[in-house]
Amino acid sequence: MAVSTKRTQGLADKHFHYCPGCTHGIIHRLVAEAIEELGVLEKTVGVCPVGCAVFAYDYFNCDMIEAAHGRAPAVATGVKRVLPESVVFTYQGDGDLAAIGTAETVHAAARGERITTIFVNNAVYGMTGGQMAPTTLLGQKTTTTPFGRQSSVAGYPLKVSEMVATIDGAAYVTRVAVNSPKNILRAKKAILKAFNVQLKGLGFSLVEVLSTCPTNWGLSPPEALRWVKEKMIPVYPLGDFKVPEDEV
Amino acid sequence: MERVLMKGNEAFGEGAVRAGCRHFFGYPITPQSELPHYLARRLPEVGGLYLQAESEVAAINMVYGAAAAGARVMTSSSSPGISLMQEGISYIACAELPCVVVNIMRGGPGLGNIAPSQADYFQAVKGGGHGDYRLPVLAPASIQEIIDLIVLAFDLADKYRNPVMVVGDGILGQMMEPVELGPAPEVTPPPKPWATTGTLGRKSRNVVNSLYIEPEELEKVNLRLQAKYKQVEQEEKRWEEYRADDAQVIIVAFGMVARIAKAVVDSMRMAGIPVGLIRPVTLYPFPDKPLAASASGAAKAFLVVEMNAGQMLEDVKLAVCGRKPVHFYGRTGGMVTSVAEVEGKVRDIWEGLK
Repeated sequence: MAVSTKRTQGLADKHFHYCPGCTHGIIHRLVAEAIEELGVLEKTVGVCPVGCAVFAYDYFNCDMIEAAHGRAPAVATGVKRVLPESVVFTYQGDGDLAAIGTAETVHAAARGERITTIFVNNAVYGMTGGQMAPTTLLGQKTTTTPFGRQSSVAGYPLKVSEMVATIDGAAYVTRVAVNSPKNILRAKKAILKAFNVQLKGLGFSLVEVLSTCPTNWGLSPPEALRWVKEKMIPVYPLGDFKVPEDEV
Repeated sequence: MERVLMKGNEAFGEGAVRAGCRHFFGYPITPQSELPHYLARRLPEVGGLYLQAESEVAAINMVYGAAAAGARVMTSSSSPGISLMQEGISYIACAELPCVVVNIMRGGPGLGNIAPSQADYFQAVKGGGHGDYRLPVLAPASIQEIIDLIVLAFDLADKYRNPVMVVGDGILGQMMEPVELGPAPEVTPPPKPWATTGTLGRKSRNVVNSLYIEPEELEKVNLRLQAKYKQVEQEEKRWEEYRADDAQVIIVAFGMVARIAKAVVDSMRMAGIPVGLIRPVTLYPFPDKPLAASASGAAKAFLVVEMNAGQMLEDVKLAVCGRKPVHFYGRTGGMVTSVAEVEGKVRDIWEGLK
């Protein structure tokens, strides 16, 4: 019998610790498949965040570094500048990338670092107990916005892709979601493209992935997928915000 | 042998190049600016990289990444910037990566000023960031010694897979002295099979990490670190003694203050007062042996002189262990101790001993 599909070599043989219905697992798999398909697994170094994906170094089947909260792009910069031929990616959540690590993200983009950042936006701090994230929607209830996020108190959701796309050193910036099979396939293409942009040395690449957090959203897994479509995508529209010039 | 006039901050840079360092990440801050200026010019000449980070926080994390990738890497800053780096240094210490951090200390606390100081002693030798960790800390007292100790710093960092800090005060960074460079030292960093360079040619993957969620596991990591620090304490204590053999008053001072103290030793000897100097070269591990030996020998009193409110003083007291009185003289806020002030203090002690 022919093998039609198999486990990607990009993932280690280890059970994910993620909650039921969380889409981190899908995103891990897409990143791992992309690295494997590009044939660069043996020269890839991943940098993982602090947050729900803090144990990602156990899951990606390549050399991995665990960074301090928000510092992954700086750590990735250090690796890439020492090993320019390597493929370096960061995997970061919204608190890590868009709050405590905003400076590192913006300046890695500004320097045009040849790294790829996978930005998982689920509009909430997951691991620490469902607090408000910079990307929490207006009106969204979290443990630190129990009456819903009010702009008068807690400001507005941060649109990272739109912001990073304004930076000259950013070569490819796109937002995808993994709430439907169609969107998952699109996300895979985007991740592949981001790594290709790195391999071509075109500059910084960022893929923002809208992800679910049923646990902290207080929704069932199917409801969470619907919530991405009905609540998140209207605020965080999908699509390319910056593409390499030769592809415009 | 080639003799050149060099500024202290530049000597840190040239010393690093001679030690085989080819990657430097930093953020501007006075009074260490000439160091990054020097390396921004010098590193490209030897195929290296100078990269200006967006903050000290980012700089130390670039160092973390570069060290994880197996490079000999350095950063430098001054007191407030070193405070910002403490998070990263703690991670680097736990992940057991080698790197060198230079602190050209300035007046504090807070924004303080840009005048010379030694007020970061506690921060440097007692850990600095969160958790139980230590850094070997070297304190050169001349431009020549900067060149020599930077090479040692990289060697110690590689030997122990640990960050090493080299501290100077603003005077040392800013002043110029003739230096004999000599032939470049033979640099042979040990192999780094643990480095995250990609798995190519390796059977298993490497992970650089400081997260151990199981307490049993993290305690094991801590015990391993402590065993390493024990070895550092056994093997790496360094100090200089100056006319200390028969001295009845021993001045203890490090860095530039030790230069001032030497002048005091000479002038006091001329005046018939038997004074000597013990200068710690490593602040951690602290050279307690010569102090303990003096305390049980000819010394009748100790005088610790620092450009702070009495930080190394605590380590001297631990070494002397109550056997002889330990006096202190210090200036703070960027004020530099004068020879006359220390002489006055020595005379007071000497009168009290009579």
